[in-house]
Amino acid sequence: MSKDFNILFAGFGGQGVLFSGKLAAYAGLYDDKHITWLPSYGPEMRGGTANCSVCISDTPIGSPCVVSPNAFVALNLPSFERFKDRVVPGGTMIVDSSMIPAKCDRTDINIVYVEASKLATENDLEGLSNIILLGKLFKETGFCTAESLDKALLKCIPPKRKHLLEPNRKALKIGCEA
Amino acid sequence: MEDKFLMKGNEALAEAAIQAGCRHFFGYPITPQTELAAYMAKRMPQVDGTYLQAESEIAAANMVLGAAGSGVRAMTSSSSPGISLKTEAISYMAACDIPALIVNVQRGGPGLGGIQPSQADYWQATRATGHGDFQILVYAPATIQEMVDLVGVAFDKGDQYRIPAMILADGMLGQMMEPVKLPEAKANKIIDKPWACCGHHNKRPHNILNSLLLSPKELEDLIVQRYKRYDIIKENEQKWDEYLIDDADIVVVAYGASSRISHTAVDMAREKGIKAGLLRPITLWPFPVKAFETLKETAKAFISCEMSMGQMVDDVKLAVECKKPVSFVGRTGGKIPTPNEVLDKIIEVGGCC
Repeated sequence: MSKDFNILFAGFGGQGVLFSGKLAAYAGLYDDKHITWLPSYGPEMRGGTANCSVCISDTPIGSPCVVSPNAFVALNLPSFERFKDRVVPGGTMIVDSSMIPAKCDRTDINIVYVEASKLATENDLEGLSNIILLGKLFKETGFCTAESLDKALLKCIPPKRKHLLEPNRKALKIGCEA
Repeated sequence: MEDKFLMKGNEALAEAAIQAGCRHFFGYPITPQTELAAYMAKRMPQVDGTYLQAESEIAAANMVLGAAGSGVRAMTSSSSPGISLKTEAISYMAACDIPALIVNVQRGGPGLGGIQPSQADYWQATRATGHGDFQILVYAPATIQEMVDLVGVAFDKGDQYRIPAMILADGMLGQMMEPVKLPEAKANKIIDKPWACCGHHNKRPHNILNSLLLSPKELEDLIVQRYKRYDIIKENEQKWDEYLIDDADIVVVAYGASSRISHTAVDMAREKGIKAGLLRPITLWPFPVKAFETLKETAKAFISCEMSMGQMVDDVKLAVECKKPVSFVGRTGGKIPTPNEVLDKIIEVGGCC
């Protein structure tokens, strides 16, 4: 039996937190898993806190709220501080270290620091740090198959934004190799 | 379109209504239901339907009253404070025996409350969606697929019994995405409505839909007749779902979002060797009292889990005829209980029985 994933993405509104979650959810769907995607955000569209719970499971999902993630992607400092201690032992935490200057001293989880925002800027992929982080999450946890992740990209990038497909693929690749 | 795809609850409700033959939507934006109205604004013109953003919730609900009175499938949607404004028109619909769909994607109350998920409109939905002696059908979906399925049921049963129907959802279900499979469009299967005010063309006597009856006898007779219909509904339309209740000592009763939390909590309790089960009402009115017939003898205790201060507890007590203790666990004001909080209650109650 493969593992269930309870993934939490958290950052500011506008960082692509919900979109990363949507990609993960669709990837799970294409792997024939049960999935839920649950956003949580304040009244403001941009600048407020935004987080997104994604459950990927072989069995029907009860609570869609991820309280204790086994995979956590931190996109800003407040989210890192708020959720770092909630990651279950043995879980994985992906940290955008160009946004988050702090370190976590837990030894019971796999902590991966990626300078995602810096890498995005350097590679002319402004605004795709969330996808770089998702690539890293994929590499570290294997929450889905590579095929399904690409299918999810094809699904989630609307036809009028088709020109963004290749940059997104590139961002995923950079994340995998970072 | 693929067989299965992801949809937000709010959008799934809207698309399901279109698939069920609804071509008239009247609404007014409010968080956390706005995606439903936005989806309708986009979709209704594509299917030659009417999407109208009214000047207020009161106007929108009265437009539903008028449209549904002409026999078409009409609906409105809102969230808690907006539903309060619609209750006047819902009472008039009930008084005229007009079927229509009202969706409540609940948020925290009272007053303007908050914008986070809540189930604090249980009393309003099941006791008083307006003044006067009346009930409406109330369906409480727990998954996005069930939201889709129950929209069709709510329209069909509303038409069959000539009664307004409500989908009582909450901000969590409205905002979350899950895989859904949409039903086949069934617009052509809508039953005839010989009572509808849709123009008599000099071929039949004109129909009247009116709620004003100044003769107490006439009004009483009409209400008594209506309550006979309610009895038939109570007999035939109770719906619920059961999970691990056959050998359960402790039965958690929960609907909608809190039933999902409870489902996880029941699994955790079972892992600890506690015989817990989940009884999930799908209809809140009629409340599924039949589900408790054997359970009230076999189970040792009941826990009502809700995102309110315990509004469903009384219904559970009535259903178990107070033969077993009924306790409450939950959060309110926009907080969602965690599975661990529900588990703690199961353990606490389990220790007493």
